[in-house]
Amino acid sequence: MPQHILVVGGGVGGTIVANLLARSLHRQEAEITLIDSTGLHAYMPGWLYLPFNQMEADSDQLIRPERSLLNNHVHLVTGEVQRIDTHNRELHVRHAPGKDEIVGTGGASEATYPYDYLVLATGARLEPTDLPGLVEGEGRWHHFYSAQAAIHLREALHRFEGGRIVITVGGIPYRCPPAPLEFAFLLEEWLRKRGLRERTELHYLYPLPRVFPIESVAEVATPLLEERDIKYTVFFNTEAVDTQRKVISSLEGEEIPYDLLVLIPPHRGAKVIEDSGLGDEQGWLPTDRATLAVKGQSHIYALGDATDLPVSKSGSAAHFEARVLARRLIAEVRGEEPEHGEATYDGEVMCFLETGGNRATQLVFNYEHPPHPPRPSQYYHMEKHLFNRAYWHIVPQGLV
Amino acid sequence: MPEQTEITVDKEIDARGSFCPGPLMELIRGMKALPVGGTLAVLSSDPGSAKDIPAWIQKARHEFLGAFPAQGYTRFVARKTH
Repeated sequence: MPQHILVVGGGVGGTIVANLLARSLHRQEAEITLIDSTGLHAYMPGWLYLPFNQMEADSDQLIRPERSLLNNHVHLVTGEVQRIDTHNRELHVRHAPGKDEIVGTGGASEATYPYDYLVLATGARLEPTDLPGLVEGEGRWHHFYSAQAAIHLREALHRFEGGRIVITVGGIPYRCPPAPLEFAFLLEEWLRKRGLRERTELHYLYPLPRVFPIESVAEVATPLLEERDIKYTVFFNTEAVDTQRKVISSLEGEEIPYDLLVLIPPHRGAKVIEDSGLGDEQGWLPTDRATLAVKGQSHIYALGDATDLPVSKSGSAAHFEARVLARRLIAEVRGEEPEHGEATYDGEVMCFLETGGNRATQLVFNYEHPPHPPRPSQYYHMEKHLFNRAYWHIVPQGLV
Repeated sequence: MPEQTEITVDKEIDARGSFCPGPLMELIRGMKALPVGGTLAVLSSDPGSAKDIPAWIQKARHEFLGAFPAQGYTRFVARKTH
């Protein structure tokens, strides 16, 4: 009897793990089903550039059908998980209309999927309600954490004729720790090219005692900010935004005025995780840092942004976790012991950080080894851009 | 000075080996989710935490309950006061 492995979430982590499992396990060993709410797979790092280029939101560099990225042996269900029943080991799913590829439901809009193993790759969601002022001020603050928002920001920048732009984060944790700093560098460059730099004051606010979590990176980034006259305030934990007075205020008691605000919205785990009671107060899944098992549950694993692991919420972490988890699940299905060290996640992450001027640096680290980022260079900038393009052909498929 | 074993907390975050976003971010995240009056412990193997964590707790006007060294890491404990 084949084991049923259900993967919830078709982001980078869920897609890679489903593909690796499908490639290694025979149909008699396991049936792999991936459930995704939209049936579309986005390349989120591409949104950082959207405010500065003319790409359409539906460009195939930014978004593609999930089906096109999945091994033929993975069943794709497009729908939303309504309920996770850990007692009976089944998921209740509401299918998106007209998108059910599993003919066996006879066209029913709701179905139940049993699992032997469950992989929760449900990601993070943006939750503006977690910061006072955001919901009431909708349309009067900006971000680039969705294609739509990035395009609205692009429009706002096109109308911008000078003034103060504040860039910061509205909550912790947030996906991709480098992104706000990268955005500040790219924005500064864009303003210079548009002839607006003289009329613009840029102000970067960050919750930590330095401009970036990693000290060695902060030591490189801080002089760059100063050199480009980007003002920065550290120890600034956003507490509220007043979009009428155009003021952002901090837990530490500071108030900073702005003309245009770029603020990364607060993040939480997926709603289904919150509703299931499996997650913590913010909806993150308590996850074993080595085995990726969801704590207190059996046969349930988590990866990517959905976990509570102390690694950056990043595609990179999800990518490395997926490889490890696939090996673990393959061994479990076969009743084998995984090869020593092969099925444990060592905290590995690799990401790029753009510093403007066609330069970037690279951050590589794991639980044991801190990063030693190289001096920003054109080489890493090119590598990042190559990766942005190559991603679609090699990453979700599990080829690297 | 109380022994670290005497301070039980409402939530403990193991941030050992965390470089990005790092133990201080984990502390900030943990404090945010805590109810007022709740206590949080963060385990950190980062030497920088010895300075960063108490400084942030003080700046954020919470109560720093101590830093307790253990084998290869330190346990930082705080109470959310507002």
